Amino acid sequence: MDRDLVETVSLRWLRRLVIAAFLVVTVFPFYYMLVLSVRPIERLLLDPGSLVVGFGELTVATYAEVLKATDDGGQGFLTFIRNSGVVAVAATVLTLVVAIPGAYAVARLRFFGRRQVDFLFLAVYLFPSIVIAIPLFVVFSLAELRGSLFGLVLVYISQTLPVSVYMLRNYFETIPVSLEESAAIDGAGRLGIIRRVSLPLAMPSIMAVALYDFMIAWNEFLFALLFLVDKPDRWTVSLGLSLLADGVEVPKTVLMAGSVVLTLPIVILFFASERLLTEGLTSGAEKG
Amino acid sequence: MTTTAPETGRSPTGERPARARRRRPLTLRRRESRAGLALVAPTLLVTIAVIGIPIVWTVVLAFQRVRLATLRKTGLFGDFTMDNFDRVLHTPGFADTLWVTLVYSVGGTVGSILLGLVAALVVRRPFRGRTLVRASMLLPYVAPVVAVTFVWQVMLDPQLGIVNAWGQRLLGWDAPVPFLSQESTALTTVIVFEAWRYFPFAFLFLLARLQAVPGELEEAARVDGATPTQRFRHILLPQLLPVIALLGVLRFIMTFNKFDDVYLLTGGAAGTEVVSVRVYEFLTARTDIGAASAQAVVLAVVLIVFVLIYLRFFGRRVG
Repeated sequence: MDRDLVETVSLRWLRRLVIAAFLVVTVFPFYYMLVLSVRPIERLLLDPGSLVVGFGELTVATYAEVLKATDDGGQGFLTFIRNSGVVAVAATVLTLVVAIPGAYAVARLRFFGRRQVDFLFLAVYLFPSIVIAIPLFVVFSLAELRGSLFGLVLVYISQTLPVSVYMLRNYFETIPVSLEESAAIDGAGRLGIIRRVSLPLAMPSIMAVALYDFMIAWNEFLFALLFLVDKPDRWTVSLGLSLLADGVEVPKTVLMAGSVVLTLPIVILFFASERLLTEGLTSGAEKG
Repeated sequence: MTTTAPETGRSPTGERPARARRRRPLTLRRRESRAGLALVAPTLLVTIAVIGIPIVWTVVLAFQRVRLATLRKTGLFGDFTMDNFDRVLHTPGFADTLWVTLVYSVGGTVGSILLGLVAALVVRRPFRGRTLVRASMLLPYVAPVVAVTFVWQVMLDPQLGIVNAWGQRLLGWDAPVPFLSQESTALTTVIVFEAWRYFPFAFLFLLARLQAVPGELEEAARVDGATPTQRFRHILLPQLLPVIALLGVLRFIMTFNKFDDVYLLTGGAAGTEVVSVRVYEFLTARTDIGAASAQAVVLAVVLIVFVLIYLRFFGRRVG
């Protein structure tokens, strides 16, 4: 046998093996999370190695505890879900409102300082969020904005803005200029061109960016921790869950139920729009 | 640091073209320039207000003696002092923290890129269920950090965790291993977590690049008798190198600045304290804003130095 054949055959098998390994490694933790969330803690202590939920063992008491309001002896996650939802949706919508015109301008219009804008976004990326967090922490303390969801939304916008503008700009650049020019000849103004020509064409990319922004805002932890920690009724799901672990002995199974509650919306959203996202995130990546 | 920070804070006002004195129809070019500035203004405003100004302010705070309690009395340009830096640089554990951050960043970066490269290579060609596999591979990256750190904590738990249960049963470990709380394993575990969580990022970029490699290139090499590994080494790898170099910078920057992963996994215990976690401790536990800022500035300066060195070596490839 020659080397080519040996390599081809062995690589074919290796490839299958590696794919299987990747699947296990990426999916297993989520499966484990789900299994633990529906097992009673006593059963888990008896048999920590089990990976199936025994018949009659299944319980949803963990979810009841997590979701019920604190007055009813639960952990009040329904409130947290509402907070997270409001913050994430508001941040997404506002980011798009700001980023779409910005990205269009950088992609299409020649104006003084256009190159500097590019540099600005790169520079912003370089700075640790903890550097930004300190003065914001100070300002929000002084302005008594700490504990306000509005302040958090503002920070999230600034966090998602650079990547959103970058992704949208790449997409706007792929739209043929001639389309816009013909609209201009037909008498459309600049805003009319954006609204009637560019926006509809860029819709897939805008959806991808919206999903990305939503995920960032829903998953965010540090700023929520810094700004909201004193106000339990304003906690987001991420923050509520992390503080639940610090508190008095909460069974691990309840924590896992909380984790499922936190993860599920993102996973559903993700699988519903996977194609859109992977293509949106990397469109323009080939340019390196 | 001092050269880049004012750049980001520069306001757009100086760049606005002077208003036309007399009402005269604007040229198309002028109108385009105006529209451009108007459209980009909100983006600039938010970025400068919420990112630019805070960065500059952190630098200012780093040179002042500020605590949360005394904040209202401190003016913005009060007495400047090098005290904070002195304190930060001489507090025990500073050098360790910096070293840990470096090891963590390099380990996490290399790990995630390697895993991402392997993942991209194996799902490159179509097969049944490829879409599902590709989507699953992105799960660690899109899932909320709080949830995934918790699952890892529980999986690795000495009493309840499945890793220890199986390790003892199948691999014959004598005693449960407290992965996240003993010095000998904690940092490695955190790095492995980092590689696991962020390999999808590298995977996406590398896969996109792989799919843009023209098929004829490989075909030609095959006709010339190149084996699969040779084709990878001499055809694919050179095509991927620019992306790998770019990923190297991006991942390094992101990991170096990372706070939540380490904070949630170990809280910075057992020799895993990275600079971000330390800054957070100064800020909240000690409410020593001056020292926290100084520490953050040191973090940013070190990062910029590393990135500059990196760009010197790989700059041509990244560009």
